[in-house]
Amino acid sequence: MPLCSANCGSNAILKRPKTGDALCKECFFEAFENEVHFTITKARLFEPGKTVAIAASGGKDSTVLAYVLKLLNEKFKYNLKLVLLSIDEGITGYRDDSLDTVKKNRDDYEMPLKIMSYKDLYGWTMDEIVAEIGRKNNCTFCGVFRRQALDRGANLLKVDYLATGHNADDIAETVLMNILRGDLARLNRCTSIITDSGDGIPRVKPLKYTYEKEIVMYAYFRKLIYFSTECVFAPNAYRGHARVLLKDLEKIDPSVIMNIIQSGESLKVNETANMPTLTKCSRCNYVSSQTVCKACVLLEGLNKGLPRLGIGKSSKVKRILEENEKKNCDSTSCCRTNNCKKDIEGVEKCTDKLSSVNLIK
Amino acid sequence: MSNLEITIEFGGGAELLFDNKKAHNVSLPIKNKQWIIGDLLLWIKENLLKDRPELFLQDDSVRPGILVLVNDADWELMDTVNYVIQPKDKILFISTLHGG
Ligand SMILES: [Zn+2]
Ligand SMILES: [Zn+2]
Repeated sequence: MPLCSANCGSNAILKRPKTGDALCKECFFEAFENEVHFTITKARLFEPGKTVAIAASGGKDSTVLAYVLKLLNEKFKYNLKLVLLSIDEGITGYRDDSLDTVKKNRDDYEMPLKIMSYKDLYGWTMDEIVAEIGRKNNCTFCGVFRRQALDRGANLLKVDYLATGHNADDIAETVLMNILRGDLARLNRCTSIITDSGDGIPRVKPLKYTYEKEIVMYAYFRKLIYFSTECVFAPNAYRGHARVLLKDLEKIDPSVIMNIIQSGESLKVNETANMPTLTKCSRCNYVSSQTVCKACVLLEGLNKGLPRLGIGKSSKVKRILEENEKKNCDSTSCCRTNNCKKDIEGVEKCTDKLSSVNLIK
Repeated sequence: MSNLEITIEFGGGAELLFDNKKAHNVSLPIKNKQWIIGDLLLWIKENLLKDRPELFLQDDSVRPGILVLVNDADWELMDTVNYVIQPKDKILFISTLHGG
């Protein structure tokens, strides 16, 4: 058994992927926590006296994030108020165990917990959406809604920051995904440690430079309880391939993770490149490349009884919309205000572009 | 000579591949060569892992993203698949691949 590289005399328990150092348990804890502290202070992530919502899923990353933020907040006197924010998609049975884990985090770390449901945020539970649309396309809804749920929740809670547990492996994976999709706008954004989703609440990633391996090892040696599962709905196969590729490469050389993040950070998009500009959704203010964001388009579909809006082919969507418009205009209520027509045109434009995005997928 | 008695544990979601059972006390038959973890992985494939071995194993090792700890220490400090298993060893497999 090798000795700790820090010459403390103890036996090593872990080989660090980032440096190759062999560390004992105590030296590993110290290195791990100090690095997160360094990330936070170097990027000036938080201002003292503010409230931080920690996106808590009960999984390994958010559990470790909550634990470490609490520890650092006390040790280095960040003077932050920490709260846990969880999302309940409303899938029967799916969140029960993970929400139990989050509740345990709440008790263990003595932090207030707010659970927000899709019903609170969108007016629909995933079960209701599945009943409407069937299981085939529900991943589109779950994914799009999930992406915004935390931001909408943070907004309702009126916190100053939203901290997520994205780790180095996640970010490298996202860089890879955005390259594969040719999504330059997101490629540019995805490595940022602070992003703004349009509502003025910064989204921060304190574990941005922390390897997944170390997060799991940290949770294990600190005896932190977390919950692990696959989503009950089919995972995004495309992302799965990127993940496998990344893990295979990481096995050969762990530094690929940092190299990919660094590449993403240093990329400067050529000025002549055709960059879709990110704007704000005209309805919910969420950052979007369209006038109406995808969540609002999907919601519109659900609320108007056209759940396939934003999923299907554009010609089909157009046809359905036109039929619907005709139907609506036959009834007296809507053409009086003319709002409905305007509404539908806006969405139509939007779904046109969205369906070209869908083709790339 | 008696069998090689060890404990195998699964965590982080890896237990889902093994009937959700986290700890297995196993007795490995004595053979003419020493047991290394590489042999143990084959033994697990034959004896514990009923279906979808590709979710746990890849080539001659575990699937990348599954961590292995021998008596609570990273197997990367101990030559990974070539570690020679000792009586009463606790060998733990933790998945990093499962979301929360
Ligand atoms: Zn040490
Ligand atoms: Zn919107």
